[in-house]
Amino acid sequence: MKEMIQRLVEAYGPSGNEAGIAAVIQEMVRPCVDDLRTDALGNVIAFKRGTGGGVPVMVAAHMDEIGVIVTWVDERGFLRFAPTGGVSPVTLMGGRVRFANGTLGVIGWERWMRPDAGTHRPELDEMFIDVGATSKEDCPVGIGDAAGFVRPFEDLGNRLVAKSMDDRIACAVSIQALKEIEDTPNDLYVVFTVQEEVGTRGALTAAYGIEPAVGIAVDVTMTGDTPKARPMAVSLGEGPAIKVMDSGMLAHAGVVRWMAATADAAGIAYQREVLLGGSTDARAIQTSRAGVPAGCISIPCRYVHTPSEMVDYRDVLGAVTLLAALLRGPVTL
Amino acid sequence: MGQDRTSGASEIMRQMMELLSGEPSELYPVCRDILATYPSMGSLWRLANTAFLEEDAEAAFQSLPEADARVIRQGRQVLTEEAVVLTYSRSSTVKEILAGNPEMVSRVLCGEGRPHGEGRRLARELSRAGIHVTLTTDAGLLEEIPEADLVLVGADAVPGVIGYAPIHLIPAAERAKAPDMSKAVIDIGATDKDGAEKLVSQGDYVSFRGEWAVLDEEGLRTVVAKALDDRAGCAVLAELLCDDYAVDLYGVFTTQEEVGLRGARVAAQRIAPDVAIVLEGTICDDLPKPPEDDISPVTRMGAGPAITFMDRSVIADHRLVNLLLRVADENRIPHQFKSAVAGGTDAGAIHLTGTGVPSVTVAVPARYIHAPISMLSLNDFDHAVHLVRAALHALEGGLPS
Repeated sequence: MKEMIQRLVEAYGPSGNEAGIAAVIQEMVRPCVDDLRTDALGNVIAFKRGTGGGVPVMVAAHMDEIGVIVTWVDERGFLRFAPTGGVSPVTLMGGRVRFANGTLGVIGWERWMRPDAGTHRPELDEMFIDVGATSKEDCPVGIGDAAGFVRPFEDLGNRLVAKSMDDRIACAVSIQALKEIEDTPNDLYVVFTVQEEVGTRGALTAAYGIEPAVGIAVDVTMTGDTPKARPMAVSLGEGPAIKVMDSGMLAHAGVVRWMAATADAAGIAYQREVLLGGSTDARAIQTSRAGVPAGCISIPCRYVHTPSEMVDYRDVLGAVTLLAALLRGPVTL
Repeated sequence: MGQDRTSGASEIMRQMMELLSGEPSELYPVCRDILATYPSMGSLWRLANTAFLEEDAEAAFQSLPEADARVIRQGRQVLTEEAVVLTYSRSSTVKEILAGNPEMVSRVLCGEGRPHGEGRRLARELSRAGIHVTLTTDAGLLEEIPEADLVLVGADAVPGVIGYAPIHLIPAAERAKAPDMSKAVIDIGATDKDGAEKLVSQGDYVSFRGEWAVLDEEGLRTVVAKALDDRAGCAVLAELLCDDYAVDLYGVFTTQEEVGLRGARVAAQRIAPDVAIVLEGTICDDLPKPPEDDISPVTRMGAGPAITFMDRSVIADHRLVNLLLRVADENRIPHQFKSAVAGGTDAGAIHLTGTGVPSVTVAVPARYIHAPISMLSLNDFDHAVHLVRAALHALEGGLPS
């Protein structure tokens, strides 16, 4: 499964530019689903038909990643940019980005050498991307082109580090769960959503079309286990987290109970999660149409929205086992 | 006069003029009584001010009926033979326009105008002039709108100015700061609460009063006006609707965009379009900057319509962006990108309706938007019409992949 994770996290796909990662995912899931389609916004919807007696279940793992988009090319070929999703300037200095056409760029910021650097917080509009061009004319990318971050996947044993663990690790979990399910009474719609990082947009339209009876997002969550972390009762290596609440959603109590009971029955270690900042596709699914009972399985992740997001492989395997057990059904809310 | 609740402002003004002669001391009680009776007729206030303030009030009075006559002449020019005209309440100016040209009017649709029933009076008068009139309840008038070729209504308004402490009274330390809206007032010339409440009520809407003006007849053909965000887009859409297309085109003039894309959301839900093109007047910040500052203006005036690749509300559909770029190149239409991820448009609501709608925004650059006056180039406007028209024709075969 680590090879699959590496392929997923290293693929290109900033919000709104998911065609590359979509092709990778389609190739991976095609053998284990009955239908595969892409909707108007670019969501990849993998369908596995139930054997009957179940309900339609939607699983959402977002395939977009945070990135940047070019807003201006100056006369000397430097690019100004805006973020796609929650990008903090402190994570960018000296970083590298790659565009859809393969162009590599370096993020520059001169102020760190100035006397006031110690008190000055970097701003995105002070930064620029240098793609090695010398003029506007020889610049291989232009306004509106988006780039993702570049950072290789590293296997530290139990811990895995990469860019875009948020949320490719959940794409990997969802694909692996699909592979491990032989039969289920439920019609399964596993959706690899677009544009989560700019406001859970893809999940909203996907859920509208699917009209599921229950929705499960799979996403990363933050942890409280680093030296001066804000207190949070989620740690790496303690198992997948069952979300109770985040800043955009109160998980459906029945879904939380169903997830916990399923984990207990299967002997899967899990953590209960209350996340104070951030939300997931479950928020969009929950308020779609007349409302959908929704919850979220989270993979604990350190350094979220930096180019080096860290997860624990045992939590990943636990999440696969839990998701597969849930989808095998029956759904009991 | 006080018994008359059905005459329009123009007629009351003519009667008032006859009463306004003599010394200012005699004029004052007359003006006060008339204005107290018809507080919402803005033209009466103007007349009173003229009587007191103009050196040659007599001459100014003479010009006022002439102004009314010009409005009537203008109104008659918009009448076409067989026109079905919808009006509301009773404006004597509208009455003159219609009754003076009965042969150019096939029918008039009129609401009764509760509570005083001014519309009923207008219907009687037009009937006597030989015009076929359909009188409806006020609410029923809405149902008649599809029948109408033309809407003609009289307009009164209460003018006001936005007041702030004069600079002399602002402490030096605060002069460099932006004015604080909570310290600004709208002054409608009333001297007490009762007087103000006769003119306006809590909850009344107020719009800015930016006069349309052409600044530059040649060159960029710049004009100034209020509300170019987004009446520029409305005007582009009106132009586009004059053409025929292979695709079914729904031209929606949306409500409540400025308070959260609300009108577009429900319109898109009902229409369920395959593709959406949002027309806008967008930020244009091309004012002089330090020459070494080679960073983006959002748009530049005169550089053509701006295509949005992303803003705070939407990431534009790549197929539509590429289609616009292609038809712009093929037809040699100047164009630019809106080169900042700023602002939001109806596309933010439309693209998320139903199972999702590929959407893009095309905007006429407009300086000073969200201020009482804004400026655009009619060249950019024409190019926007040209670009979107060409794109709509290019959509004939569906959305390219």
